[in-house]
Amino acid sequence: MNVLRTFLVRAGYAVVLLTAVLVLNFSLMHLAPGDVADTISQSMGGADQELLDQIRADYGLDQPFLVQLGRYVGGVLQADLGFSFFYNEPVTKLILERLPATLLLVFSAQILALIVGVVLGVISAQKPNGIASYLVTFTALFGYSAPVFWTGILLLIAFSLQIPIFPVAGMRDVTVDGNFWVEAADIARHLVLPMITLASVFLALYSRLARASMMEVLGSDYVRTAKAKGLSPREVVYKHALKNAVSPVITLAGLQFSAVISGAVLVEAVFSWPGLGTLAFQSIIARDTPTILGILFFSALVVIVGNLLTDLALRLVDPRVGGRK
Amino acid sequence: MKHLMKGLVASAALAGVLAVGQAAAEEPVRGGTLVTVLGSNVRNLNSAVQSGIVTGFPGAQLFASPLRYDEDWTPQPYLAETWEVSEDGLSVTLNLVQNAKFHDGTPITSEDVAFSVEVIKANHPFKSMFAPVESVETPDEHTAILKLSKPHPALMLAMSGQLMSILPKHIYGDVPIEEVKTHPRNNEGTVGSGPFKLVEYKSGEHVILERFDDFFIDGRPYLDRIVMRIITDPAARAIAYENGELHMGAFESLPRIINRLKGVDGLTVTPEGYGAIGPLDWLAMNTQKGPLADVRVRQAIAYAVDKNFIQNALMQGTAADSRTGIHPDSPFYNANVPTYDLDLDKANALLDEAGFPMQDGKRFDLTIDFGWPGVKPQVEYVKAALKKVGIEVEVRASADFPTWAKRMGEMDFDMSWDTVFNWGDPVIGVHRTYDSTNIGKGVWSNTQGYSNARVDELMAMAAVESDPEKRKELYAEFQEIIATELPVYHTNTLPYHTVYSDKVGNPPLGIWGTSTPIDMTYLKE
Repeated sequence: MNVLRTFLVRAGYAVVLLTAVLVLNFSLMHLAPGDVADTISQSMGGADQELLDQIRADYGLDQPFLVQLGRYVGGVLQADLGFSFFYNEPVTKLILERLPATLLLVFSAQILALIVGVVLGVISAQKPNGIASYLVTFTALFGYSAPVFWTGILLLIAFSLQIPIFPVAGMRDVTVDGNFWVEAADIARHLVLPMITLASVFLALYSRLARASMMEVLGSDYVRTAKAKGLSPREVVYKHALKNAVSPVITLAGLQFSAVISGAVLVEAVFSWPGLGTLAFQSIIARDTPTILGILFFSALVVIVGNLLTDLALRLVDPRVGGRK
Repeated sequence: MKHLMKGLVASAALAGVLAVGQAAAEEPVRGGTLVTVLGSNVRNLNSAVQSGIVTGFPGAQLFASPLRYDEDWTPQPYLAETWEVSEDGLSVTLNLVQNAKFHDGTPITSEDVAFSVEVIKANHPFKSMFAPVESVETPDEHTAILKLSKPHPALMLAMSGQLMSILPKHIYGDVPIEEVKTHPRNNEGTVGSGPFKLVEYKSGEHVILERFDDFFIDGRPYLDRIVMRIITDPAARAIAYENGELHMGAFESLPRIINRLKGVDGLTVTPEGYGAIGPLDWLAMNTQKGPLADVRVRQAIAYAVDKNFIQNALMQGTAADSRTGIHPDSPFYNANVPTYDLDLDKANALLDEAGFPMQDGKRFDLTIDFGWPGVKPQVEYVKAALKKVGIEVEVRASADFPTWAKRMGEMDFDMSWDTVFNWGDPVIGVHRTYDSTNIGKGVWSNTQGYSNARVDELMAMAAVESDPEKRKELYAEFQEIIATELPVYHTNTLPYHTVYSDKVGNPPLGIWGTSTPIDMTYLKE
């Protein structure tokens, strides 16, 4: 019952948030000078005024602002995200084609960052002044400070050019043709570098937080008790301390979800990963309002779902969360 | 002797057919998959309704045009076996190849040619290509006669490359003519007339093409497949050329990357293949505004801006010199025009003479715009260079292309860096910049507000002059006036380069580059 109510309240917030995202962004896009007719003419090497006017009329861009906004919101209410001016395709189709790639990248990077981050954090927490701890801190800060496009290019130079074990760009090799497993292996091979690049940023956050919270937990009474009982240090850390130390990390991971998605835009651009990030980047440059709004809509959805999943995960590791008696 | 002559003629003809790209010393091989690249997503694969360099490459593979061109700018038969221009220049007869078929097996007829002209006239942005075409007569299945309202020599180049794609009427004729640009079969289930047919277009990933076995030229194309990957990041493309993931790619324009790839074993990097597209970089000046209305001020600016620095320092030697609105590779180019080597004394003298004396180290203020980040160095350089002669320049960045395009289209600027393409015949891509009836009509029109009756007259005469030599003379005078009056100061060509590996035979380096069918390109074993 409680869970259901929480869910309904969340869903209510989500609707308000999504409407605000749409209306605000539509207005902002409209404030900028120039429009998609200009970029269409750019992609064609120039067009005369007559053709520009015709393009604007075709897409209803010559209508007053409120009419355009009304039409758009009306369409969304009927589950129609509109038609991409630039790509000549329904926005929903365009996005659904790209969404799986982004989800794959974002979730795998998030999971990688979480697992590796927690492991590194736990290791360094046990000997806070040891060499391993400094190494972890250094790596983490390096990953956090370096811009992702730079990390990406460096990894490409190292592992695609000098030691050519990973492909340069894209998500699959079109010459690879085989059953599901062959193709999955191919996608995995393409995924490695972008995943590491994206994870490197968040790895730092998670490992620092895991380290801090692990150190706190290791200093608490029940850990001392466990040690006094004569449990091995291994058991103390992994059986007793870890569960408590990890819950702030999971909370942070949930809060970071939107940051991971925006990080994905740059990573996708560097690796030509055919996801929403590349599409978002190109549509913003092309001023393709329906596509941009559609992507923002879907990103907002993904963030909301990501947060819900985080909540669920928290309930699993920490029974106190969720107000159960 | 007679025999020898015959042999010579035959081999010359054969060489003409074979030699798009390099002289083919070795025998081409059938088969293989060429992996190549597009630098951005394709908006539309149907080149009859969408122009531009990204559409050009797949478009010219999917759709055949009546003519193609050799390296010397001479038209060659393609879908039209022979052609004939009438004495008065008012009708052009195309005799189509007899056995040509669309990808669905239907024969290509003169009806389709007539239909395609109609579609292009209604949808393609370059209206000047077919504007004088009043009707297309189809006396029989393989003869199409284009009836013109006035002689139109530009039609020849407009019938080649990506500019005149022949579409199947029975596929694209099911919607009103103006709606072909959004036809569902433009990017999916496309039925074309060219050497390759569409297997799949995945937005953001790739375009895959496959050999069309019933192509009307026997034994061609040589390749089995072409995979065009979409990689938007130039650095990632460079790595992919280097590690062998890509066999070939065109339109690379970053000097640093071009020079780096030149040093890689097994790769050739060449500026050949861009003559017809003709990309030019220039400094545009609004001739209707403030001090720039005075021709002496524009000349002074040219004297103060060092072209050598732009070509050799900023473009690192990758860009060629250009002096007029016509690309240096074009047969109409006239290099013998006034030039403006760096000369600050002359610049100062001209500015004094124009009535802008130096006061406290300053004469007047100007702004300079730019539309994309790649040309920021040029713009910053102009600012620094003009400060030396007392012109204070403010750099106005634009958030994105549409912002800049709007400023240009409304002539709300003093100076701007700009890149404009020739697109084949000067009538198509050159006239628009200087024609006084085309002032301020959107981006890449005559945004400089330039008006000169003699220039208008020369362009009008050149547009209808059938004799190539006389046309050349008209354009020579036109270029001289432009280079004197400087509505734009031409600094260099845009350094487009084609990169290809040693495995590629006959890369497309003709005048249209990759915007032509690559039916002669092959992969060495």
